[in-house]
Amino acid sequence: MSFIFKSAAEMSAALSSKEVSAVDLAQQHFDRIEKVDGDVHAFLHLDKEGALAQAKTIDAKRAAGEKLSPLAGVPLALKDVMAQRGIPTTCGSKMLENWRPPYDSTVVTRLKDAGIVILGKTNMDEFAMGSSTENSAYGPTHNPWDLSRIPGGSGGGSSAALAAFEAPLAIGTDTGGSIRQPAAVTGTVGVKPTYGAVSRYGLVAFSSSLDQAGPCARTVLDTALLHEVIAGHDAKDSSSINAPAPAVVAAAKKLDVKGMKIGVIKELGGDGFQKGVSERFNEALDELVKAGAEIVEVSCPNFEYALAAYYLIAPSEASSNLARFDSMRYGLRVGDDGTHGAEEVMSLTRQAGFGKEVKRRIILGTYALSSGYYEAYYGSAQKVRTLIMRDYEAAFAKADVLVSPTAPTTAFKIGEKADDPVAMYLNDIATIPVNMAGIGGMSLPCGLASEDNLPVGFQIMTPAMKDDLMYQVGGTLEAALNSKWGSSLMSQAPALGAK
Amino acid sequence: MAAISRDEVAHLARLARIEMSSDELDHLASELDQILHAVDRVQEAAKDNVPPTSHPLPLKNVTRPDVVIPSLSPEDALSGAPASDEQRFKVPQILGDAE
Repeated sequence: MSFIFKSAAEMSAALSSKEVSAVDLAQQHFDRIEKVDGDVHAFLHLDKEGALAQAKTIDAKRAAGEKLSPLAGVPLALKDVMAQRGIPTTCGSKMLENWRPPYDSTVVTRLKDAGIVILGKTNMDEFAMGSSTENSAYGPTHNPWDLSRIPGGSGGGSSAALAAFEAPLAIGTDTGGSIRQPAAVTGTVGVKPTYGAVSRYGLVAFSSSLDQAGPCARTVLDTALLHEVIAGHDAKDSSSINAPAPAVVAAAKKLDVKGMKIGVIKELGGDGFQKGVSERFNEALDELVKAGAEIVEVSCPNFEYALAAYYLIAPSEASSNLARFDSMRYGLRVGDDGTHGAEEVMSLTRQAGFGKEVKRRIILGTYALSSGYYEAYYGSAQKVRTLIMRDYEAAFAKADVLVSPTAPTTAFKIGEKADDPVAMYLNDIATIPVNMAGIGGMSLPCGLASEDNLPVGFQIMTPAMKDDLMYQVGGTLEAALNSKWGSSLMSQAPALGAK
Repeated sequence: MAAISRDEVAHLARLARIEMSSDELDHLASELDQILHAVDRVQEAAKDNVPPTSHPLPLKNVTRPDVVIPSLSPEDALSGAPASDEQRFKVPQILGDAE
């Protein structure tokens, strides 16, 4: 019997009742990948040997009656920005084409300890810079809903793997929306936890004050189950929050929003948002009202500066973080033929190893941090960050959670915005404020847009360390929408690999 | 007026240690000019009385107990090195002119 179209929770139950073995489940997913990934290109690397060995270990432990964690034996797709010992970790860049990390990131350690089976590494915009996965040095990923369209970015490989039923769980990272926007345009669920809730140890840094790893899946409950595996304090990450992680699985099962105040952010809607996106978003609000929530409108006037501030802060931090790719200790080295000194080799390597968008951001960040411009650009952007945090503070005084569409449009065509960086950056307009303030955000599907029949994402934002609230609201909304539609949105996704 | 000139981009590329062709410099100068015009708006909002925020968490000097924990072996640490010699990273000539 095939289990690939089931949820992770259902797979977990089938594993527990020995209806299916972890080895069989992993093999079913590799067969699926074999069948559809030629079209989707979600994966950059598969680790069949390691995955089947892990699955075999889990099956043996289960047979021996050992107590296993809920997701033991369930397969997962890992974004290629997470270090996994001995497994290629390219970040979608030529710079790290042959790099195999000598250590595991904390997220990977926790996945392995929970018995989760890591199938392979997923495609992404180079060093997580992008909103379409077109900036990968290894070619774009295709959206399973329409193969001519983008799967979002930077974590388009992870979102596409979920939507193509190549894995029930995935790990993403979110600096300005790289978990939530891909989830929105593929009809899947993605969570950026509160900053510091999940360790960044072994996550290749893009913008350290914004980067946050998080769980991705096809249902809110599956996302919560994965969240509890990866969240929690880690001494190896000095910015990790030293407090117990909220109980998100229990929250996802509550299915109750009676009396909750849900704040609609006025500035994240209307002009610039596709009509079909606004329609589905408003219908979802109606469902929350029917479930007993109260809708209030809130205003965050400084959000109009968020995008501009983000495109100064993130490139500034990136220009510093990516200085480590200097060809001396690991990664690509070009021009070391005895005729070039170390600095020339660095410059030639960085010319050959980095793609266009990465170079653009490094130069922009170098500029924003240079003397004479620092105060006007980086300094001003940091002040905007304060104003955004104050806007959220005022809004959370009026509402328990805040909501908006996740992205202004549905998935666009591959190539459509590739030559217009400013237009591309607008995709992140609704997701960026969350990273700037370090709070939590979830995207879950709220239907298909009437114009193009493509998935629309609904974003739920919660105060720092109250990630359980987004699972409570998300779980309730998902249940209401599924009952309205008679099935989940993902069950309407087109069949793949028919050829 | 252009916010950034081609010469400035060339200077930034040198600071960032990225070799760039003439074509790359032309492209980037015009793209950066567009981007800088788009991000310039932060200055409207950044009033003198607003303090800057560099990080979402108010953490300072986070330390762990000073105990020895396992770390990478020399073999592991050198496993990704483009070149190594006698348990050391081997790098191109650093001082003086290369041959």
